[in-house]
Amino acid sequence: MTENIERHIYDVVVIGAGGAGLRAAIEARLAGKKTAIISKSLFGKAHTVMAEGGAAAAMGNVNARDNWMVHFRDTMRGGKFLNNVRMAELHAKEAPDRIWELETYGALFDRTKDGKISQRNFGGHEYPRLAHVGDRTGLELIRTLQQKIVSLQQEDFATHGDYEARVRVFAECTITELLLDRKGGPARIAGAFGYYRESGRFVLFEAPTVILAAGGVGKSYKITSNSWEYTGDGHALALRSGATLINMEFLQFHPTGMVWPPSVKGILVTESVRGDGGVLRNTEGKRFMFDYVPEVFRKQYADTEAEADRWYTDPDHNRRPPELLPRDEVARAINSEVKAGRGTDAGGVLLDVSTRMPAETIRRRLPSMYHQFKELADVDITKQPMEVGPTCHYVMGGVEVDADSAATPGVPGLFAAGEVSGGMHGSNRLGGNSLSDLLVFGKRAGEFAAAYVDGFGVDRPKVDRSDVDAAVRAALAPLERRGGDNPYEVWHELQQVMQDLVGIIRRKHELEESLKRLGDLRERVANLSATGGRRYNPGWHLALDLRNMLVVSECTARAALQREESRGGHTREDFPAMDPQWRQVNLVCSFERGEVTLRTQPIPTMRPELLALFDRVEMSKYLTEDELSEYDQGPGEAAAAVSSPSGPAEGEGN
Amino acid sequence: MGVKRLFRVWRGDTSGGQLEEFRVEVNEGEVVLDVLHRLQATQTPDLAVRWNCKAGKCGSCSLEINGSPRLSCMTRMSTFEADETVTVSPLRTFPIIRDLVTDVSFNYQKARELPAFAPPKDLAPGEYRMRQVDVERSQEFRKCIECFLCQNTCHVVRDHEENKEAFAGPRLFIRAAELDMHPLDARSDRKPFAQEHQGMGFCNITKCCTEVCPEHIKITDNAIIPMKERVVDNRYDPLVWLGRKIFRRDQLAAGAPADAYVPQHVRAGHRPAPASMEPEVGPDGRMPLTELTFDRAGAASPFGDNLTFPLPPESLTYEQPASPDDQK
Repeated sequence: MTENIERHIYDVVVIGAGGAGLRAAIEARLAGKKTAIISKSLFGKAHTVMAEGGAAAAMGNVNARDNWMVHFRDTMRGGKFLNNVRMAELHAKEAPDRIWELETYGALFDRTKDGKISQRNFGGHEYPRLAHVGDRTGLELIRTLQQKIVSLQQEDFATHGDYEARVRVFAECTITELLLDRKGGPARIAGAFGYYRESGRFVLFEAPTVILAAGGVGKSYKITSNSWEYTGDGHALALRSGATLINMEFLQFHPTGMVWPPSVKGILVTESVRGDGGVLRNTEGKRFMFDYVPEVFRKQYADTEAEADRWYTDPDHNRRPPELLPRDEVARAINSEVKAGRGTDAGGVLLDVSTRMPAETIRRRLPSMYHQFKELADVDITKQPMEVGPTCHYVMGGVEVDADSAATPGVPGLFAAGEVSGGMHGSNRLGGNSLSDLLVFGKRAGEFAAAYVDGFGVDRPKVDRSDVDAAVRAALAPLERRGGDNPYEVWHELQQVMQDLVGIIRRKHELEESLKRLGDLRERVANLSATGGRRYNPGWHLALDLRNMLVVSECTARAALQREESRGGHTREDFPAMDPQWRQVNLVCSFERGEVTLRTQPIPTMRPELLALFDRVEMSKYLTEDELSEYDQGPGEAAAAVSSPSGPAEGEGN
Repeated sequence: MGVKRLFRVWRGDTSGGQLEEFRVEVNEGEVVLDVLHRLQATQTPDLAVRWNCKAGKCGSCSLEINGSPRLSCMTRMSTFEADETVTVSPLRTFPIIRDLVTDVSFNYQKARELPAFAPPKDLAPGEYRMRQVDVERSQEFRKCIECFLCQNTCHVVRDHEENKEAFAGPRLFIRAAELDMHPLDARSDRKPFAQEHQGMGFCNITKCCTEVCPEHIKITDNAIIPMKERVVDNRYDPLVWLGRKIFRRDQLAAGAPADAYVPQHVRAGHRPAPASMEPEVGPDGRMPLTELTFDRAGAASPFGDNLTFPLPPESLTYEQPASPDDQK
């Protein structure tokens, strides 16, 4: 290669500058490590800004009965007990400290009357638990972490005369390959290779540790609330370097995204619209959710409109309206109505508050929704219904990590935190748990990555020159190739395949069809050409991202085909029920000799004292007969001894 | 149902460029960014444009559309006349990288030069207590999505490269104001810092920044003017000036902090200060954060919306002092 490649030596390289990445970088820098933050876009623009509701942490500011055990229990229920138990436990225990810490960085959360951090109710959380700033909590989080990085840089400037002496942000820089040292023992991380978007020039990082914090995969779907960065880079980098992905079949589709106009398709319509009285109707004017209440929820949900309407004013004597069923249920119902031809031309159903509340109340209670529809769709929600449909929102699956250290088990030096990691949320994530997740495990990843670096003397892993040459060739290929496919066309086709065949409701033959079509796309992705030069060339960038989107989509499709049950963010029309046998295993994806392979792996078991937080009736829905008899011998007795499930013994409660 | 529309898009790089014309399909309900994406997908795959969330939340896609600074993801095509040519050009205040993408590192540089939040030393994490009404003043500024449209439109630096070194710009003034109004920030020198190191004196309050802010932050009224007025207060208050002459700076800091309230009768030579106005609050006792919860555009002024700035000079407690420098 003729080009001189810019080369940097760091202790820790963090890929991703969202919440998890920045929190990890702060921790690594505080541990004295020279840290690089790689940001695919500008600093402070990461997808974390899109989070609205809040960050879940059992601080007990609003309801003093809240504690980590209740939070843990809610998280496990939300994930349908497929969660990595240890992660859910650590998350629930450490989230409050991570939130309080943000205040020392300058965050300004909304307050309670006595001046503490205010907490709000959210779906699946037993008590008000979400620390929030209006409906822009994610922005507050990213800005706070960004400003903390700046403050650390100011400290370094004071000591070293250089802002970037110990932590540097590489903005608009994309990593295309992780580099390994394969000499002696298992292959370990030696660095990362990528390019600057601005100049198209290559850059090489030599570092013994890489923390993946690259977010999710939503851009493989046509209708998504995710931004362009969400191309599954972290997932794909992990796979190609020998790490494994788990739970890739579980994707969260938010039931209400905008569907019209086309430009805003997918943008979220907050759950509070329904919480405040909004109802869903099909184009025949029918409030269809009454037809979709599943058997297990019959007891808690109203079966007449009259009762449902009474609930808003008298929740103690009436049952909840079915519009407030869990996200996955509502998403499926909307999907069926549209498929049955009772949807709007744009493929949505109608969400109406205009006939339910006075205009002034709507403007007061749903200000950002009023604003959003007014500005983007020219719809006055005080006079007209909103058109809504499901939108791809979050991937529960991700890089398999050790719960305590966030390290990948197979690749020494590789860590993952945030949406790119898997396990924490099981088969379905509760709202508010992602912001706290990325703080808790971002910090842990930074801490353990720093400790891993301490283990080296002078004998640091070395980058193999031939790997760099191969990475350069792969990156330049689309620019040098002539007459190949247009990346935008291939991308739109990939989105169509995933949207149509691996969407909310999955069927065996459609999944098989998707694998065939993804196989065809693989050849076309290997044969893309991008016109233009290397300077800020989006066509070229997309061509490189597509490789990642494709392999991650294949993982999702394969896992979805194999898991023959419906659970959380994975619904099979041909296997509509939850199967306790399937709860016992994760599907693990790995990438060997250019092929995605899948194997099952038993999930970690729950410690008896954690299992005792749940009662037998509830567990009987999730556990197999064998597991239940074990439960009866162990925690069952303990559970019977604990009279109040929300107030078990204190102890590890910090 | 799409119609073909005429677009003029600036294309080029550091070596120069020009507006190029494109005929491109536009569908109902689309925004300018959609049309740029269609251009990429169909005619110019390498057209450089920066964007992220496409929902007005990240502030990446700032451009000049028909000459006015806008977020391209929030500019609907229906706001133009049916046969109007839409001209899209990059932000003019920042150096070009390529096509519609500019180098906005100036803003990050300036952010780095502003001292960060200083946590109170006597409070552990979890012990912070603040009143909602107090955090709301700073929260207004923390709504900022860093789209840098205010920086771009500010004529102190727009077409005045020479001012960039000394001038931080509106984005960083609201950051300074935010920290100044933070109930627990341990530093008390935010105002003098803004005057002496951020170049706030360059600002002559034309409110262009407020006009272009997509988050409707009242940059001028709620951040710059209060910062300026208090700076004026401290710099030209004769008592403070006398104090500076009599005491050493460290004694002054210990004895009479710059922010301390000075009783009126002590302010020799001053007209009585106008009574401070209470901010407009809703029935819940909180200041409305957005205009949507409020009956007028923009957020409420913390000084009450019946007060317009600049204040009429006859009501100000300001006296022309002899310049301290002359008496050295």
